[in-house]
Amino acid sequence: MSAAEPGWTRQFITPEGVDLRLEIAPFGQRAAAFLIDALIIVGVLVALSLLCLLAALGGHNEIAGQAVVVLWLLGLFLLRNAYFLFFEMSPRAATPGKRALKIRVAARDGGALTATSVFARNAMREIEIFLPATFLVVQHQGVDGVLALLGLTWTGVFLLFPLFNRDRLRLGDLVAGTWVVMAPTRRLLPDMALAANTYAAARFEFTAAQLDAYGVKELQVLEDVLRRRHMETIRGVADRIRVKIGWMRGPDESDFDFLDAYYAALRRRLEQLMLLGRRRKDKHDRG
Amino acid sequence: MAELILKSRRFREEREDDWRKLERLLGRMEKGGPGQLSDDDLLAVPVLYRAALSSLSVARATSLDRALLDYLEALCARAYFMVYGVRTSPWSRIRRFFAYDWPAAVQGLWRETLAALAILILGAVVAYVLVSVDPDWFYSLMPGGVAQGRDPTASAEALRATLNDAGKHTQLLSIFATFLFTHNAQVALFGFALGFAFGVPTAFLQLLNGCMLGALVAVFAAHGLGWELGGWLMIHGVTELFAVTLASAAGFHIGWTVAFPGRRRRVDALVDAGKRTGAVMFGVLIMLFVAGVLEGVGRQLITNTLVRYAIAAASGAIWTAFFYLPRAVPADAGGRAQR
Repeated sequence: MSAAEPGWTRQFITPEGVDLRLEIAPFGQRAAAFLIDALIIVGVLVALSLLCLLAALGGHNEIAGQAVVVLWLLGLFLLRNAYFLFFEMSPRAATPGKRALKIRVAARDGGALTATSVFARNAMREIEIFLPATFLVVQHQGVDGVLALLGLTWTGVFLLFPLFNRDRLRLGDLVAGTWVVMAPTRRLLPDMALAANTYAAARFEFTAAQLDAYGVKELQVLEDVLRRRHMETIRGVADRIRVKIGWMRGPDESDFDFLDAYYAALRRRLEQLMLLGRRRKDKHDRG
Repeated sequence: MAELILKSRRFREEREDDWRKLERLLGRMEKGGPGQLSDDDLLAVPVLYRAALSSLSVARATSLDRALLDYLEALCARAYFMVYGVRTSPWSRIRRFFAYDWPAAVQGLWRETLAALAILILGAVVAYVLVSVDPDWFYSLMPGGVAQGRDPTASAEALRATLNDAGKHTQLLSIFATFLFTHNAQVALFGFALGFAFGVPTAFLQLLNGCMLGALVAVFAAHGLGWELGGWLMIHGVTELFAVTLASAAGFHIGWTVAFPGRRRRVDALVDAGKRTGAVMFGVLIMLFVAGVLEGVGRQLITNTLVRYAIAAASGAIWTAFFYLPRAVPADAGGRAQR
């Protein structure tokens, strides 16, 4: 099924049998979300460190210094895990970074996102990225150059793993049965056929042949043009449509009114066709 | 012109209020959880959600207003996740993980755990016998970096000195460094990750762990220091080796699933195995953490061998009881993947 879908849209059937057509989140968005989360976590740790150092002004310099080190070694581990687990288990299944980029975690099978899945995908994150990375950063007994190189390769491979599969799955997503999808919140924009219902429509009468010049694709481009209200584009598009359908411009006819009336008429025509079971894809679709 | 108003526009006007109401309720739920809504509103959400879904179906078949279609798709997806999503708070789910999911996942791997344990013991016994018979075996079994001079040529005094940690690391830093960067954290990690290669490297690593243990014991035992070494190793070793064994077991489970997915597709089988082992591995990280604290703090403060053994026995008993004592399935098991 999804092979026939354009690009990154995936079939996602609700128990009611309706396909929600979820969109896979792009790699860039996920990377940006992760960066935001990382900045938040590091920011919290920096703030705590500063608090420690402030407390140190009253004496006990050594203890404060050690506390800061412990904070970074231990706090980083605890904080990042608590952070990801807590936010991904909340109803929105997204960390603040993911929320900012309008993406969320979802179960691939369409069921509820279980706690086990969230644990699994975050445990794998530790294993994919953080632990090998710490081998790299900290040279300790038994950690030699070869192992550090191995860690680097390891992290690199898994960081780029989402680029090499169809659903942009991280290894953690793969084993936890999850994926990261777009979860936009959209406002309901006004219907662009609004103006055409008033007096303007009465001035424009299009013949069936004139309305057969375009299909759904062109209609939706037209919708965008009307919505943007960019005067030069509107003039250009109106002129091209007039030429195409052989429309004689009236004496005080505005380009916007003409386009809006044509949009409404074209939509009416194409929607009627749809009711009859025929969806005219674009202007080349002659059925 | 028979009808000036488009049918799709009238359709939209008739239902718009319901969509906006659903949108408002969802916004409030997303901000503060279901507790934000009155009972009436809470009951209205699923009804409005189904109405919106049916609107979406109708709109797809009859309307060419793309703004409307995009809006309805986004609204339905949001509502779907809210209606079919989880209702419990993150805290109660985390509590549930520790009280039930983690031990259950460990229990589910009992066969693999026994196998991993058997390999560990086998390695230890073989290495012990080999090194006892011919001390030269030690050098082939033990990486030089780990041995740190504790080889068969060392004197009894030198060996005894390595068992006394008191005052050696008084810095807090080293305590937590031991956790994060010990050899064993890496071993656990690779043992699990290499499970993807049908579990063969995992078995090899686990055997090697056993060998190193056995070889070390053999060297100390030759000088009559076996009993002291046991306390020194086991105070944190029970937890650590348990964690490493569980990690290997998780690796075996993954390897077994990759090799023999049964009737399911390999990817689906892997998802099941991944969920189970993911929970185990998260627990392993916590165990290694505990082991690190025991090694860094406990071993410095407690130098009495008998007390060290007592702690080792206690930690073994606690972990075993925690993982394997039967317990009731929590009532809200609905959120669990049962397949």
